[in-house]
Amino acid sequence: MIAHAIFFYFFSIIAIISAIFVIVSRNTVHAVFFLILDFISIACLFIMIGAEFLGMMMLIVYVGAVAVLFLFVVMLMNVTEQKLSWFRGTKKSGHIPTGLIVGSVILLELVVIAGGWKYRNTFSETKFLSFDENFTNTHLIGNVMYTDYIHLFQVSGIILLLSMIGAIVLTYRKREGVKKQNYFDQVSREREDSVKLVDVEFDKGVKVDD
Amino acid sequence: MELIYITLNEIYKILLLIIPILVSVALIVWFDRRVWAFVQKRKGPNVVGPFGLLQTLADALKYIFKEIIIPASANKVVFILAPIITMTLALSAWAVIPMSEKIIISDINVGILYIFAISSLGVYGIIMGGWASNSKYPFFGAIRSAAQMVSYEVSIGIIIINVLLCVGSLNLKDIVIAQEKMWFVVPLFPMFVIFLISALAETNRPPFDLPEAEAELVAGYQTEYSGMMYAMFWLGEYANILLLCALGSILFLGGWLSPIDVYPLNIIPGVFWMTFKILLLFFLFAIIKAIVPRYRYDQLMRLGWKVFLPFSLIYVVLTASFLVYFDLLPK
Repeated sequence: MIAHAIFFYFFSIIAIISAIFVIVSRNTVHAVFFLILDFISIACLFIMIGAEFLGMMMLIVYVGAVAVLFLFVVMLMNVTEQKLSWFRGTKKSGHIPTGLIVGSVILLELVVIAGGWKYRNTFSETKFLSFDENFTNTHLIGNVMYTDYIHLFQVSGIILLLSMIGAIVLTYRKREGVKKQNYFDQVSREREDSVKLVDVEFDKGVKVDD
Repeated sequence: MELIYITLNEIYKILLLIIPILVSVALIVWFDRRVWAFVQKRKGPNVVGPFGLLQTLADALKYIFKEIIIPASANKVVFILAPIITMTLALSAWAVIPMSEKIIISDINVGILYIFAISSLGVYGIIMGGWASNSKYPFFGAIRSAAQMVSYEVSIGIIIINVLLCVGSLNLKDIVIAQEKMWFVVPLFPMFVIFLISALAETNRPPFDLPEAEAELVAGYQTEYSGMMYAMFWLGEYANILLLCALGSILFLGGWLSPIDVYPLNIIPGVFWMTFKILLLFFLFAIIKAIVPRYRYDQLMRLGWKVFLPFSLIYVVLTASFLVYFDLLPK
């Protein structure tokens, strides 16, 4: 149990510190790296409470895919050094009031939620996630997700598909003068399509029709 | 006291796995170069030690004594961290690979997801190295490599789903035990081929070695690295290749199981069969490196997204409907 506690505090301290550094660090690429560290330590916490499937999904989806794209955008947009940091810069920024309003609304909501929070002693005996030693938690999640919540699950899939198509449609523009390869045309090209043998008479030459 | 004992025991187990892996990485590099040379009618490394077996050791010694140069404009912390991350991730994935029924460090329920997660983290070593070098070729290499690895991970994931449909468990040992009657390479042969090709792309091996295409990008993300740090990238890369060979033999070639369950074959310990299958797959990798020319980048992306992804998705549907129709779904 001591080892468990040590690891718990280790990962949670890393998670909190890296979350702070995501906001504080002035180099945006470093901020994304700290975000990745945060994701990883939270995945470790998931694994420690026995939710190994969720932990691995966290790693695969967030760290393996989402954060890579973040990193891509940040690296390619060349916003690496944020020089106009509003709390240090001399330039007066108009974003402060908006930020304060949004922040205080979120804080208020958090207070409301945290104030109404009640701990239940019977948490592990809720209806769908009944804990059974014989099943791994992958099985349990599958059992719940594909029976009771199948409609929500499929709707969320459709929403993701729609957003993907939407993103493609929004950014797609047809460019002129782009030469594309058509593999089918290339492979199905015959000798007769491209080569013609002609007997050339002496001193006459041949007319090439094109 | 007990805690210390457990910790020491774990460290002992880990060392017992990592040291053989590092040694076999050294040997596999020699093997790779040797196969490559024989295909091209050269001799290959044959001077240091018997048949040149100690060549990699000599190379490693050379790398250790070389100076580590850190470019002045590099981001130092990230620059140093990148090879460390690559190598650590490549080695840590081996924790769940069952070399035989008994030899496995940690037998976790989501073994295959763990390997998938770790190999998707492998991108970071490369991106960090390329970005921190603060130079054009490494950055191009890193961007190419990241896009390539993310794309081919998708098709590898769907191939894994195909296998998992037939197994009904995410545990690697269960996957091997499910193949006792028939290896999955027989019913899922197209998936095996696609897995091999995707594994080549995933590990940046030729013909998909665009991140380090020496004709265009010098050495890709490794351009600015020297000495031991370069060697660490290199060790991590080969450990990753071996890992994907091991994964291939677990998913499709029946892991530690003998080819047929008859007397003289089934008393040979499982470690031998596992090693043999890993070597067989690696031999394929080495031959492909020698005989296939490099792909162009757009062809690579087309192959990943427009050929492999739809094909393996259709195969998932096929496998699932076959299993449901003949009532073969694992309980």
